[in-house]
Amino acid sequence: MKAQPESYSSLVDADQGIVSREVFVNQEVFEQEIARIFARAWLFVGHESLIPNPDDYFVSRMGMDSVILTRDRQGNIHVLLNSCMHRGMKLCRHDQGNARALTCPYHGWSYSTDGQLVETPGELVGVPGLATHYHGQLDKKAWGLVRCPNVVNYKGTIWASWDKEAPPFLDYLGDMKHYLDAALDHRDGREGGSEVFGGVQKWRVKCNWKFAPENFIGDMYHDISHRSVDLVGIGPSVGKGRRDASRRRMTIGFPGLGHGLLGQLPHTAEDDYVPLYTKHPEVEAYFREIHAARVRNLGDRMRVQTSVGTIFPNMSFHGRQPRTIAVFHPISPTEMEMWRFYLVDKDAPQAVKDATRHYYLRYSGPAGMTESDDLENWSYATEASKAPLARQYAYNYQMGLGHAQPIEGLRGAVQSGDVSEENQRIFYSRWADFMAGKSWADLIPG
Amino acid sequence: MDDTALKALLLHREVEDFLLMEADLLDDRRFADWLALCTDDIRYWMPMARNVQFNKTAQEYTREQMDTCWIDEGKETLTQRVKQLATGIHWAEEPQSRVSHLITNIRITEVTPDAAGNAAEVQVRSRFLVYRNRLHDEVDIYVGKRRDTLRKLDGAWKIARREIFLDQNVLLAKNITTFF
Ligand code: FES
Ligand SMILES: [Fe+2]
Repeated sequence: MKAQPESYSSLVDADQGIVSREVFVNQEVFEQEIARIFARAWLFVGHESLIPNPDDYFVSRMGMDSVILTRDRQGNIHVLLNSCMHRGMKLCRHDQGNARALTCPYHGWSYSTDGQLVETPGELVGVPGLATHYHGQLDKKAWGLVRCPNVVNYKGTIWASWDKEAPPFLDYLGDMKHYLDAALDHRDGREGGSEVFGGVQKWRVKCNWKFAPENFIGDMYHDISHRSVDLVGIGPSVGKGRRDASRRRMTIGFPGLGHGLLGQLPHTAEDDYVPLYTKHPEVEAYFREIHAARVRNLGDRMRVQTSVGTIFPNMSFHGRQPRTIAVFHPISPTEMEMWRFYLVDKDAPQAVKDATRHYYLRYSGPAGMTESDDLENWSYATEASKAPLARQYAYNYQMGLGHAQPIEGLRGAVQSGDVSEENQRIFYSRWADFMAGKSWADLIPG
Repeated sequence: MDDTALKALLLHREVEDFLLMEADLLDDRRFADWLALCTDDIRYWMPMARNVQFNKTAQEYTREQMDTCWIDEGKETLTQRVKQLATGIHWAEEPQSRVSHLITNIRITEVTPDAAGNAAEVQVRSRFLVYRNRLHDEVDIYVGKRRDTLRKLDGAWKIARREIFLDQNVLLAKNITTFF
């Protein structure tokens, strides 16, 4: 197919619940996604607990580009393009580390983020032979590392956008914020307080990157995928299934923003405590105490709960069991690199960290007993959509069309009962808006 | 050949036989029989390898019982995995993959004798090359190093501890559904 620029958005017909397979397999569509979505949207790049000290860095990705997440000596966090300005060498080839200056291994240009030394973080500070070979004639200020103009630390999670015109992160998030908070806030209701365990799982999956966020935005329909793990029962309590019992989960989405989740509607009273992690008495006792503290801390304030959700375009998170952040990096139309970070309350006792970590690894990641089956399904859905005949037939997202209801107390949110494909329609409408190249004024309704 | 050398040779053969028999059980998909080779207190750990600065190799592998790893578990979860494989609806292994474990470079690095002077526990290093082929043309190759603690229980060797160091940073397979 040769899609015309203006026609990318016509690949999605959200009103009819139809999405063309070209959206998932076409090289040209993929390249435009990189330019129109990944170069503009707010993207998750990491967590502050990965770079706790000055000069720490963590190498991340934004779309197809490698970026350096780093903390300067003044404590500020920056996102820099990981490519030397001289002749392109990949500056940081470690996954993480600590360095006073970023020095290029090719010809030795070095860059600094230290506000004491430079005006702009990432500025070129060292050029071998500047006085002799360059005869002092090099505009060092003009050749600093490319720096991402918008970087935000939201409760420890670091987000960035390349678009100077991008709206503030909180506007981009809208009232989805409450559901992200439900994952990032301390279990006892205090704001923030979470960190990620050391080590980020990174692995390649031969599927289109959107299979993951469209699943995590709320696919209650794919239970058959996980029947084997449900039969075995890997929940952290004695009982059936893959996690502890949860309250009725609703499909909740934000049509104007492209985010969505499975979770609870806003409420003002805490549900009664349901025992968690009963296989680990010490951990269960902790969660019981935390629940009591939560009741005290939150009083009659509005609260929500998130089972799993997606922030457009490529970040998803689990808010409860497991508690994790996932990112889906585009590699090609038919391949992604998936990353997983695991969240825990910073001040949780070691026994709680141990039990939750073990449970998360049993559930998620490439060796996760739940996730491994998703990866098979996403890979072979992509594979079977590639061929010339198959790709002519659109995917069906028609479940629950026209049954979304507004949610009182949440700006721009709708709920669609337990099982619906409303959130997938919301996701692909947003995708179409970005692919149509709409302005931010049109993308973020005032 | 003196007695000690002969004893060491026999022990080596015994341990090697055990590891190759274990590989056969896995490749013949006799997972429950394989599980029976693990002690009840087994630690089965597969850290992730990170690219780190030359002077920071201590941080190369994520830590057992501390960090995020590919796998970091005991008998309970291994048992659950074996049960999942037996359901017949674990889609990542239905249809089942064709897997071959090539186990080489086997070397005993430490022997702990019992009261009678026979080996009660051994530390063993080896390399693995695990080839997975599934469906029509899907191929994954996992290569790395293992460090095992084998313990003799009631006259038979059991795996008491296995450390698995995969020689990959980004895992190049979409998932891990086999044992190493
Ligand atoms: S490419 Fe970095 S100094 Fe030349
Ligand atoms: Fe799933």
